[in-house]
Amino acid sequence: MTRKKRSTLLLEILTILLFVIFFSPFVLLLMNASKETSFEVLTDPLALTGTFAQLLTNMEEVWTSTNTQYQQAFVNSITITTGSLIAIVVASSMAAWVLVRTKSKISNLIFLLFVVAMIIPFQVVMIPLVSWFRTLRDVTGIPFLRSHFGMIFAYVGFGAPLSIFMYHGFMKSIPYELEEAAEIDGCNKVQTFIYIVFPILKPITITIMLLNGIWIWNDFLLPLLIVGKGTPFQTVPLAIVNYVGAFVAEYQFLLSAVLIAMIPVIILFLFAQKYIIKGMVAGSIK
Amino acid sequence: MIKQSSKISLFFKKHQKSLVFWGFLAPALLAFVFTIIIPFFLGLYYSFTDWRGFGTPEFIGFENYIRLFTAGGNESIRFIYSLIITFVFAAINIVLLNIISFSLALLVTRGLKFQNFYRVGFFLPNLIGGIVLGYLWKFIFNNVVPDVTLLASGESFLMLADRNTAILGISLTWGWQYAGYLMMIYVTAIQNIPQDIVEASEIDGAKFMQRIRHIMLPMVAPAFTVTLFLTLINSFKQFDVNFALTAGGPSTEFQGLSLWGTKLISMYILDTYQVSLRPALAQAQAVIFFIVLTVISVIQVQYNKRKEIEA
Repeated sequence: MTRKKRSTLLLEILTILLFVIFFSPFVLLLMNASKETSFEVLTDPLALTGTFAQLLTNMEEVWTSTNTQYQQAFVNSITITTGSLIAIVVASSMAAWVLVRTKSKISNLIFLLFVVAMIIPFQVVMIPLVSWFRTLRDVTGIPFLRSHFGMIFAYVGFGAPLSIFMYHGFMKSIPYELEEAAEIDGCNKVQTFIYIVFPILKPITITIMLLNGIWIWNDFLLPLLIVGKGTPFQTVPLAIVNYVGAFVAEYQFLLSAVLIAMIPVIILFLFAQKYIIKGMVAGSIK
Repeated sequence: MIKQSSKISLFFKKHQKSLVFWGFLAPALLAFVFTIIIPFFLGLYYSFTDWRGFGTPEFIGFENYIRLFTAGGNESIRFIYSLIITFVFAAINIVLLNIISFSLALLVTRGLKFQNFYRVGFFLPNLIGGIVLGYLWKFIFNNVVPDVTLLASGESFLMLADRNTAILGISLTWGWQYAGYLMMIYVTAIQNIPQDIVEASEIDGAKFMQRIRHIMLPMVAPAFTVTLFLTLINSFKQFDVNFALTAGGPSTEFQGLSLWGTKLISMYILDTYQVSLRPALAQAQAVIFFIVLTVISVIQVQYNKRKEIEA
C-alpha cells in the first residue's frame, strides 16, 4: 500500500467515525422513543429494548393525546407557514420588481431602508411589537394577536427585507427588453408582472420559500409572543414546550414528540436537499 | 357623467407610473413598517419612560439606563453578568464551532467516497429547530452522558447541573446544529480555490500543513469573515437552545449575588419583560444589546477585512 493510499484510508475512517458520533443523537432518540416505559428509558438509555411496533404506538399516543394537542398544532403550523410563504413571495416579488424598475430617489431610499433594517435584531422590536399589535387590534378590530392572520402579517414584515434583497439581486439580471416586448404586445403592468416576470423568478422563489419556510416552521419566540403557548393557535414548537412543561415524567412520549416534530423537515430535506443547502448558503447574510 | 369618468381615466393615465409603484410596494412596505420600523422607534421611546406595558408612559430620561449600570445595584449586577456570560458563550463558539466546521470542510473536500453523503448528513441538524433539538440534547446530557461517564470513570457527570460546564453544554448543542451550515460555507470557499495553485504547491513540495497555512487560509479568508460574523451575531441572539436546554440554570454567584448561571442576554431581556414585568427596563436592555451587537460586529468585519488583504 502506498503512503497516499494509506492516508486516504485513515481520512476515510476518521470521517466515518465523526459521522457516527454526529449521528448518535438521532440513534439515541430512536432507541429510546421506541421503549415501552419511562423506567426502561431512565435505567438504561443505551439498552436496545425498544421495538418498532412500540415506537408506532408511542407516536400514535402522542399524536392523539389531548395533553399535547399535536394535531391542532400541526394544522396551525402548516397554515401559518403556507400562508406566510405565499404572502412573502407575492409581496416581496412585487415590491422588488418596482424597486428595480423605478429609477428614482424614493425608490432607492426605500430599498436602502429594507437593507439597513436587516441589522435590527428581533429582540429589540419584540416587546413594543406586542403592545403595538394590541393597539392595532383595539383600534381596527382586526385580530393581530392570537390569530393566524397576526402571525402571517408579522412573518411578511420580518421576512420581507431579506426576500426583497434576494429578489432585487436576481431581477437585475433579467433583460428589460422582455418586459418592453410584452407591453408593446398590449400587456399592462399587472399582466406583465404575472405572465412575464414572475415565471422567470422561479429559481429564486424556490430558494426564498425554503429559506423562509424552515425559519417559520422552527420559529419559537415570535409565536410565543403573538399567540402564546397552550392556546388554540399554538404552533408545533410551542406545543412541545407546553407538553414538556406539564408532563415531564413520561420520557418515551417526550422523545416521540420530539421525533414527530422532526419528521416534516427531514422529509422535506430528503427531497430538496440540493436546493436547501445551496439556498441557505446563498442566504448566509441572514 | 361622461366628463367625470374621462377625468378619472385622465388621472389614472397621468399617475399610472406612481400608482403601479406604490400599489406593488404597498403590501410588503406596510407589513415591514408595522412590524419592524414602528416597533423599533416605539421601543427606543419606551426605553426612556416608565412604561408598564399599558397606559400612557411618562418620560424619565436615562433612568432605566442608569439603573442598568449603577455599580452595586442588583439589576446592574444581573444584567452585566448576563452580558458577560453571552460574551463567554460567543467566544467559546467562535473557537469551537469554527475549528470543528473548518476541519469537517477539509475532510469532505478531499475527494473521499460518499463525500456528498457526509456533507448532507453533517448539514441535517441545521434544519431542526432549536427547541426540538434542545430537548433531545437535554435528554442526552441528563440521562445518557452520566451513564457513560459512570461506566468510564465511576462518576456520573451532570454537565448541565454544573455551573462551570452548563454553558459548554449549550455551545455543544448549538454547535451540533450549526457546524454543518458553517461547514458548507467553507466547502463552497474551498471548492473555489483554483486547482492549479494547489497542484503547483504540491510540485514545489509543500507539506499538508504548509498548504493549509499558505494557500487554503488566505484563499478562504473571505469565508472566515462571513462565518465569524454569523457565529458572533447568532451567539448573541441565541434563545431557543438556551431555553430548552437549561432554561437559565444552574444558579451561580457573581459579585456576592446569587443568580441564574446561563441566562444569555436574549433570555434575560425576555424574563425582565415576562417574569419581572418591567417592559421599560427590558426595552432599555434590548437597546443596549442592539448597540453592543452592532459595535462588535462592525469591529469584527473591519478586522477581518484587513486580515483578508494582509493574507
